[in-house]
Amino acid sequence: MSAIAFPVPDAGILARRDAIVAGLSGLVPPASLITSADERRPYETDALTAYRRMPLAVVLPETTQQVAAVLRYCRDAGVPVVPRGAGTSLAGGAIPQEDAVVVGVSKLNRIREIDYANRIARVEAGVTNLAVTGAVSAEGFFYAPDPSSQLACSIGGNIGMNSGGAHCLKYGVTTNNVLGVTLVTLDGEIVEIGGGHLDSPGYDLLGLINGSEGQLGIVTEAVVRILRAAEGARPVLFGFPTSEQAGAAVAAIIGAGIIPVAMEFMDKPAIEICEAFAHAGYPMDVEALLIIEVEGSDTEMDAQLARIVAIAREHGVSTVKESKSAMEAAAIWKGRKSAFGATGRIADYICMDGTIPTGQLPYVLKRMAEIVKGYGLRVANVFHAGDGNLHPLILYNCNDPVEAQKAEDAGMDILKLCVEVGGCLTGEHGVGIEKRDLMTFQFNEADLAQQMRVRAVFDPGWLLNPAKVFPLEGRVAA
Amino acid sequence: MIIHTPTTEAQACAIVKSVIDSRVPLSIRGGGTRAGLGRPAQAASTLSSAGLTGITLYEPSEMVIAARAGTPLAEVQQTLASQGQMLPFEPMDHRALYGSEGEPTIGAVAACNISGSRRINAGAARDSLIGVRLVNGRGEMIKSGGRVMKNVTGLDLVKLVSGSHGTLGFLTEVTFRVLPKPERIATLQWRGLSDEVGVALLAKALGSPFEPMAAAHLPAGIAGPEALTLLRLENFSASIDYRGGELALLLGDYGVPDRLEGEAIAALWRSIRDAAIFAGSREAVWRLSLKPYDAPPAVAAIKRALPAARCFYDWGGGLVWLGIPGVGDAGAAVIRAVIQSLGGHATLVRAPDALRTAVGVFQPLAGPLMRLTAGIKTSFDPAGIFEPGRMYAGI
Repeated sequence: MSAIAFPVPDAGILARRDAIVAGLSGLVPPASLITSADERRPYETDALTAYRRMPLAVVLPETTQQVAAVLRYCRDAGVPVVPRGAGTSLAGGAIPQEDAVVVGVSKLNRIREIDYANRIARVEAGVTNLAVTGAVSAEGFFYAPDPSSQLACSIGGNIGMNSGGAHCLKYGVTTNNVLGVTLVTLDGEIVEIGGGHLDSPGYDLLGLINGSEGQLGIVTEAVVRILRAAEGARPVLFGFPTSEQAGAAVAAIIGAGIIPVAMEFMDKPAIEICEAFAHAGYPMDVEALLIIEVEGSDTEMDAQLARIVAIAREHGVSTVKESKSAMEAAAIWKGRKSAFGATGRIADYICMDGTIPTGQLPYVLKRMAEIVKGYGLRVANVFHAGDGNLHPLILYNCNDPVEAQKAEDAGMDILKLCVEVGGCLTGEHGVGIEKRDLMTFQFNEADLAQQMRVRAVFDPGWLLNPAKVFPLEGRVAA
Repeated sequence: MIIHTPTTEAQACAIVKSVIDSRVPLSIRGGGTRAGLGRPAQAASTLSSAGLTGITLYEPSEMVIAARAGTPLAEVQQTLASQGQMLPFEPMDHRALYGSEGEPTIGAVAACNISGSRRINAGAARDSLIGVRLVNGRGEMIKSGGRVMKNVTGLDLVKLVSGSHGTLGFLTEVTFRVLPKPERIATLQWRGLSDEVGVALLAKALGSPFEPMAAAHLPAGIAGPEALTLLRLENFSASIDYRGGELALLLGDYGVPDRLEGEAIAALWRSIRDAAIFAGSREAVWRLSLKPYDAPPAVAAIKRALPAARCFYDWGGGLVWLGIPGVGDAGAAVIRAVIQSLGGHATLVRAPDALRTAVGVFQPLAGPLMRLTAGIKTSFDPAGIFEPGRMYAGI
């Protein structure tokens, strides 16, 4: 595929490569500077593997101070910087360019403080999402945002993309669970934003940093909210004869004043793919499956489920299957959370991430099927039904350039559809390079210019993750 | 004093454009009930949202509501209540504290990030605000966010605008996510605990699986002669019984709690939310945000220097409302020094204009933060038209 353009590498920077590497070598320990082609190769792409560019060099600082020194150096040398967490971006948020230095946070992997009394943890940016929960689970606590890549993805990357997950219907996304960050600006200044307290004065820079896709600075540490886990949690499978009935059941559950901790939707192709991989016991004779999870004591869960089951029956549910053990519950979630990986076993795919008003669900599902069929391709749908965050997986063969282009075109048509019905291009994966050129469908010139002027306050020369988020044409400085 | 009252977004843009060249500053006004919040701004003209009213979108099954900025908050709340829903963050009403009149607007709730006791569990106004439309200082209509609750498309200007007190632009329409009202509300109340013990109780409860939605401690003399430590549960009826019982067991060392439901305890929670304890007094009123466990020692340190101070705790201790005799600097130097040593911030919510100008309202920002703040102000409002000096000198 080559549909997404990259900026032409700056020949002057490429010519200065040896000098730039020498300059960086004085700022970090030898093991933190990667220059050989073989060792740089793992950094040439992220989870949007169809695109790759070999970076000039890769730096993996061990301290915030080293990050500051590297950023200051790159600013002075006029070298673009591509920040990188764990490299799990599906939107190409961490894909480098030939004239850029990748600054990865993987060596910033210490959990610095756990404070149960105040219900906060201070962690470095390279700590994985699941490791935060792992560090506090013995005391019954957890870190709420749970993207499917949580085993690998880093807190720094989560902040960059404002990551969500399956449980944000109740617990919110990253921006609702981060109380403070240590931000290194391109000038090499170390700025503490927020902290263990709530709602800092002045403009909400914390809210601005979350989801800024590495364009405002590099986050090296974060203070996150840790929560006490519920007494128990139980996912239940609800199979429906049609997607419309499943969608109507979701609306009716919310309408009844019930907010389950998660409501996940899978269509038939997704059910088949995930069941073959995870053996989760998903029903195979239904067109749509909801995984609805409730929390609380056994009695509370029984009571809440009774209400949900009653509503589901009113909407024609054909199968209700409760998890009877922790193992069954884990298998149900394993199937859902490995949906992308399991799909990858049978075909190449691109994963879309638009959000729609949930009332538009039946119409959008129908239109998506038509769009993808129109390109002669197949789609499997997995999504967060409670909040309308869709993840259509468009299946294709990446060795067939014509089919690859069709898949990308179908994806773009789907995202435009999301915007048309009142939704947005991306609910939790970020814009990256993938959706950069669609930004003009969601925002007009004035909207984008305002965002770019705010961006320019932090990076007037467009050095930080420059080819991302905003269309390459029409860029605005301070 | 000129008051502009646009009835369309286009009119609002035209008004802003008309003052850019002359740099005549504009004060932004919703219902005027919170005019005392922030530094006194110096503006010759007022831009009012009073002509921009009405709910523009309400989809109960999608848990989303949008309204023009001048819509009375009460109208939004009544509309939600008619469908058994509510704003998640329990916005504070400033009328008691300021002795102000009029109707608070939904736009001001967004612009000033106004939250209440539920903030500790359900998030602040900024966490539920999912979309804004505003006129920036160039007279351009800008939108950010939208009507869906999961949206990471582009920079989150929604958050920047929430809590900017009108200094970045004139909001014309705001969109919030909403929640179902709980089936039942009940409060557990312990009596006679010290500040330290009260906050420890609240922390233990908030670290339990039983999800208190609000947690406050009122020292002796604030709401009667005895100290009150309060946990509010909101849930399905059977869960209230169960969780109340479990919490009473878990917290048995602190004594047997009273279980309260009904209008009297609801009124007490409203007075906590609104800091109404300080209504009608001449005290300067501060709002301190700290880590919960830092709050009792911070209060003790402040009281050593300012013995006449009185206070109460919300947010499990993380929010301290403090009343200080409004003389001298109203305790600014003492309070800010204590906060400086612990981390957190202090806001001078109520004081005479001259005092708020002199000592500032919001916690002073460190150099790099101030530079970013000034840059952001300029990026929205290059001519410095909106609410000059409302947050900080020049901002």
